[in-house]
Amino acid sequence: MDTKVKSACETCAHFNADGLKKMGIHTDNVDFVVALAGNPNTGKSTVFNSLTGLRQHTGNWPGKTVTRAEGGFEYNKQKYKLVDLPGTYSLLSTSEDEAAARDFILFGKPDVTVIVADANRLERNLNLVLQILEITDKAVLCLNLMDEAKRNHIIIDERTLARDLGIPVVATSARFSQGIPELIHTISEIANGNIICKPHRIKNVPSNIENAVKTLTAEIEKEFPNIPNSRWIAFRLLEGDTEIIKALKSGELV
Amino acid sequence: MANKNIDHILELSNELRWQIGDEFHDNLTEGIYADAAQIVSDTVQVDESKKRFRLDRQIDKIVTSKVFGFPIMFLILATVLWLTIIGANYPSSLLAQLLLDTFHPILKTGVAAINMPWWLSGFLIDGVYLAVAWVIAVMLPPMAIFFPMFTLLEDFGYLPRVAFNLDNLFKKSGAHGKQALTMTMGFGCNAAGVVATRIIDSPRERLIAIITNNFSLCNGRWPTQILIATIFIGAVVPSTFSSLASLLAVIVIAVLGMAFMFGTSWALSKTLLKGQVSTFNLELPPYRPPRFWKTIYTSLIDRTMIVLWRAIVFAAPAGAVIWLISNIYIGNESIAAWAIDSMNGFGFLLGLNGVILLAYIVAIPANEIVIPTILMLTVLVTGIDGGAGAGVMFELDSVNATGDILKAGGWTLLTAINLMLFSLLHNPCSTTIYTIYKETKSVKWTVFASIMPVILGFIVTFLVAQIWRIVF
Repeated sequence: MDTKVKSACETCAHFNADGLKKMGIHTDNVDFVVALAGNPNTGKSTVFNSLTGLRQHTGNWPGKTVTRAEGGFEYNKQKYKLVDLPGTYSLLSTSEDEAAARDFILFGKPDVTVIVADANRLERNLNLVLQILEITDKAVLCLNLMDEAKRNHIIIDERTLARDLGIPVVATSARFSQGIPELIHTISEIANGNIICKPHRIKNVPSNIENAVKTLTAEIEKEFPNIPNSRWIAFRLLEGDTEIIKALKSGELV
Repeated sequence: MANKNIDHILELSNELRWQIGDEFHDNLTEGIYADAAQIVSDTVQVDESKKRFRLDRQIDKIVTSKVFGFPIMFLILATVLWLTIIGANYPSSLLAQLLLDTFHPILKTGVAAINMPWWLSGFLIDGVYLAVAWVIAVMLPPMAIFFPMFTLLEDFGYLPRVAFNLDNLFKKSGAHGKQALTMTMGFGCNAAGVVATRIIDSPRERLIAIITNNFSLCNGRWPTQILIATIFIGAVVPSTFSSLASLLAVIVIAVLGMAFMFGTSWALSKTLLKGQVSTFNLELPPYRPPRFWKTIYTSLIDRTMIVLWRAIVFAAPAGAVIWLISNIYIGNESIAAWAIDSMNGFGFLLGLNGVILLAYIVAIPANEIVIPTILMLTVLVTGIDGGAGAGVMFELDSVNATGDILKAGGWTLLTAINLMLFSLLHNPCSTTIYTIYKETKSVKWTVFASIMPVILGFIVTFLVAQIWRIVF
């Protein structure tokens, strides 16, 4: 049963629903690339489908998206390519799906990263969110499964959350297409630079590590002046991540 | 881009790594979690007093319990199969009536009107068209029922629980727990199951899952099992129990397939594919009411149609071959008759016969046409009345009539049991073989995955036949 409730945004004159065109798999000459990341089983594929009009198979089990799915949509005459990444809990280990997700956010340099999180399990989901925010500063949190959260009597203060994370937060129930128009609008605002994010950086790090990271970050920035995620690279170098060392050498990161 | 000189950065990082000690990873992770906890405490409120009765956890306690887990699993499997079998009957016979009884004669009269030579119309209409029509009539309805039901279970969230229940068995057989998911998928279609093994990271365990997927009795083989069980197994018990006995016999074969799957996985992981079992996190997701119509739609488009299309592509040439071997003569006999004669001896050793072996050879492209081919060939070699002419596949409306033809062809209970076993244990269909090659990119493993089950089938049917003949 479809319960399509018109949101306040949709009725607003600025919203411009006619400006949205779902392009399915046709993603030629795109203006922006959008990555879709998130924990397994948070409804990424459902969000992907409602944005692109594609009907990629969705299933209620973690790890169902194995290959990277791509699709597109057009909003206000700008074309967006959407890449559905495999779900991961973290970007710090070296399993294949985590590497795939990490590499795309890092090397693919998407114009916007949409992080899909389960509103019912926000604390656990934030682990990944905070890691992604170390890598990119153009992100939006899609707080999905709000219908379930409501049933579970979970109330989330989205404004404070957005302020704490330093990125826009959009509440959605993708299964019922709720919040998707707002999400699209936010994506376009970030892509066009109308919203500037000031992402949260991991704070609770012991001071000796923080100092080491600072020293290393300064050194990295000296060599690569315009690098956006020097702190994260410092984290990885301290961990001895050989992939990152290789990428630094070849200049892939800049 | 030119290689950057980053040696000084690496030197510095090595030095710093030494200073901060080896607890860096844990410290960083703890830091992230501390941040997350802080943010959540500021932004999330949970009304504990109204917290819902945790239905999820209650269901999980039952469906993953040591006592009820397995019985519930088999009950659900049996229900899905039963609904598929029963539900597919009507649309299947409707399609058969339309495509075979109505459209086929129209085509024949049509080409007769334009004076098409008999061999061309036989080749195209009795061969290619009939095979494709058979595949559609027999395969489409069960798939259109099975896949949506499977997808509904999947969307509901039951599959991860199956994986959870079976995890221990898979670990003991040296395979990956996620193989439970691909195995279940194989009950629908082995080709789909092989594609689904992409969810397994480790190449070793993925290969095991690919090779053993064939032991999941697929949709194309269920009708054979059911028909043969109804004719021969149902007949040896009092008629009130005959349908129950035949359903049980089919389930025994399916479970036997799972046993072979575990056994082969274990043997492979001890010999050719040695290695560690990789650990993985499987989150048991919350149960979600599936979106019924959407699920039906996507599973029809994504799974049913794709699988059906591939089957048609492979069945069409098979139909042509079947017609040709029955109509090209060497001396007095058709190629088919020669082949059957020469394989009868070997067939006897296996408790089968030449007709069955030949049917399995020409039906490699699609398991669905095994029974029609067997009937056609039996009529051809026994010379009894019935059928529609050399090289024309047919199936009879009544189970009894089918049984009569088979018995006239010398079939016994042993033939039936061994055919059921051989239908479980033989090479994958050509669609699956092709998929295995596409997924593994290895000729060696594709050949192995294709030959190994046949050899196993030969051994098992041979042993059963010998023991049977000693006992009875």
